Amino acid sequence: MSKVRVLVGTRKGAFILTADGKREKWDVSGPHFAGWEMYHVKGSPADPNRLYASQSSGWFGQLIQRSDDGGKTWHQPGTPPGETVAPGPPKGMSNKFVYDVSAETGKPLTTHQFYDGTQHPWEFKRVWHLEPSLTDPDTVFAGVEDAALFRSTDGGENWKELSGLRGHGTGPMWQPGAGGMCLHTIILDPSNPERIFIAISAAGAFRTDDGGKSWTPINRGLYSKYIPNPTAEVGHCVHHVAMNPSRPGVLFMQKHWDVMRSDNAGDSWQKISGNLPTDFGFVIDVHTHEPETVYVVPIKSDAEHFVPDGKLRVFRSRTGGNEWEPLTKGLPQSNCYVNVLRDAMAVDSLDECGIYFGTSGGQVYASADAGDSWNPIVRDLPAVLSVEVQTLT
Amino acid sequence: MIRVLLPPHLRTLAHAGTEVTLEVASPVTLRSVLDALEERYPMLRGTIRDHVTQERRPFLRFFACEQDLSHEPVDSPLPEAVASGAEPLVVLGAIAGG
Repeated sequence: MSKVRVLVGTRKGAFILTADGKREKWDVSGPHFAGWEMYHVKGSPADPNRLYASQSSGWFGQLIQRSDDGGKTWHQPGTPPGETVAPGPPKGMSNKFVYDVSAETGKPLTTHQFYDGTQHPWEFKRVWHLEPSLTDPDTVFAGVEDAALFRSTDGGENWKELSGLRGHGTGPMWQPGAGGMCLHTIILDPSNPERIFIAISAAGAFRTDDGGKSWTPINRGLYSKYIPNPTAEVGHCVHHVAMNPSRPGVLFMQKHWDVMRSDNAGDSWQKISGNLPTDFGFVIDVHTHEPETVYVVPIKSDAEHFVPDGKLRVFRSRTGGNEWEPLTKGLPQSNCYVNVLRDAMAVDSLDECGIYFGTSGGQVYASADAGDSWNPIVRDLPAVLSVEVQTLT
Repeated sequence: MIRVLLPPHLRTLAHAGTEVTLEVASPVTLRSVLDALEERYPMLRGTIRDHVTQERRPFLRFFACEQDLSHEPVDSPLPEAVASGAEPLVVLGAIAGG
């Protein structure tokens, strides 16, 4: 029978929630890496037992953890616990993220715009998002703060920057959002291994069609009134982008304000906020089997990062945007003031599509009927940073 | 033997107890102790000092013999009591955050 495994990153550790295909009874494992900020945990599509986790701390910096048994045990790639250190190349390199300034592939380490408009050097802070390859369990991409894209081809032991992105030329105009200048979205095109989409807050969305060597900003149609030129090529605070793998040319975006859609792989965007109560928010996702069914969680405003009117509502559009319906059954409809962060929603691929999201209040909700009704899997975790789901057969 | 006290998260990471002991050749300095610590526990690389610059991470401090050594030159000899193993070198996380 099918199973689902929900991978939850929180401010104080990671949790793994598992259930059978009915998605009614859940086993909760964790906290893994208790006390650490777990920005993201994600499984490999090529090997579901291969999980990658981003573990970080303001004190001790960035670590990468890997599991080869579905989350039962973990190790830092290259340094399994208890292993005697052997002669040879140094280990413990899995947490080494160094911007590429090599003559062969690197670009001069330029500066980016800081909060006050002055130029500021690139400084590595943490890994926001890990995106395993669709075909190779040992290949994984990392989106980091300050914004850059890294790749490992040896299971997370060593990382190399795809420096064509940072060196694209617009870097000095990129600037941090309130959460930092983070590369938070990485989407691999299942129909074209050379094509990758990424998004940066606050620079915008970019696409490569040559495996990461060169990048194009794909922000035409975005309008951001908080930057000097609202239609600038870069500078937009894109919060998240989602794609249904069956239609890789169609993208949905939750921008700082505005929900957007592109039907040409990001070459241009149209606003689809329609009748949403507010179009500020962080998450956006697409139904696994219905590529025109889209989910968002509207947040009141950029000044008040919680759901409007004290009601936790997921909004669903079955028309690819513009027409939205609130989904409330099983969700608190009074005195609720949580946020749902950009990587904290996921969809499974069971016949009846399951939707999952986590909140800043520590709840993880699941819907086994495409959003019609919801139940909390857990109510009292630390603040949830990310939610991913694996469908296991 | 040099004695080093690690903060709780780094003990967990290193699968070590509160105190670790290290063989460090003379002269015993902050740099030589941290080099030996990372050699023995490679999973700690990058967690106490930056991978590239080798600078102490800003929220960590080094104490020994009731002195704050955080800002001492990393190649200065550590106090004799640390070099002899009578006193530990303490790696401490700043009390901040939640």
